[in-house]
Amino acid sequence: MSEEVQVPIASDMDVVRARQEGRALALRLGFSVSDATLIATAISELSRNIVSYARTGSVLMRSIREAGRTGMLILAADAGPGIADVPLALRDGFSSSGGLGLGLPGVRRLMDEFEIESAAGAGTRVTVRKWLP
Amino acid sequence: MEVPILKQGHFLIATIQAALSDDDLVQLRTALVHQVVRFRSFGVIVDVTAMDVLDSFASRTLVAISKMIRLRGADTVIVGIQPEVAFAMVQLGLTFEDIPTALDLEEGLAYLQQRFANAAD
Repeated sequence: MSEEVQVPIASDMDVVRARQEGRALALRLGFSVSDATLIATAISELSRNIVSYARTGSVLMRSIREAGRTGMLILAADAGPGIADVPLALRDGFSSSGGLGLGLPGVRRLMDEFEIESAAGAGTRVTVRKWLP
Repeated sequence: MEVPILKQGHFLIATIQAALSDDDLVQLRTALVHQVVRFRSFGVIVDVTAMDVLDSFASRTLVAISKMIRLRGADTVIVGIQPEVAFAMVQLGLTFEDIPTALDLEEGLAYLQQRFANAAD
């Protein structure tokens, strides 16, 4: 019984759509309004990175179950230029697009688990999870 | 979606009515800066009660709006940040720097009225 929503990302309108779908799914899974907002904020940041750096990609959101607990997984994937120096991008205060440099470290703080696969020229896949308390 | 901007005396009130895209926020910034000039406003209130999320882009744009309006000699107050949105912003590490904030529209107006008690009638 897993629920899954995939939102293709190609413009700033899709950023709004992805986070709204994500919030709705989080609430359906039983997350509090507060946690659903954290999740929606993380989705907003991840999908905006896709628009800003790769132009197109997708955000997949689904329920997960493991060892009796329930959670939500978000996979933001693109085939864009990738990140040459992943540890640097995860450091607070680093940004290559004139932003606040809070994107990835911020998303990491909002969620329980955070994984990133990326290399220059190989696209980026960020997987994050949040578990129901 | 365009954000309606209401002129009330010496103040402008922009009430965001739904989740805004990045382009909508940039349009709001442009519209407010122009209208502050056009109406010679002293203060601007941006009501974000309906914003589902205030992420890094939205926060940065609101800070930019406030700074641009400051250069025009007017003040900006952000009102209506929802508790869970505030929680997410803090977790994300975002702040509104030194932009004044108020609980709701009423408090925001009271703040501006007090600040411009002599200039406003």
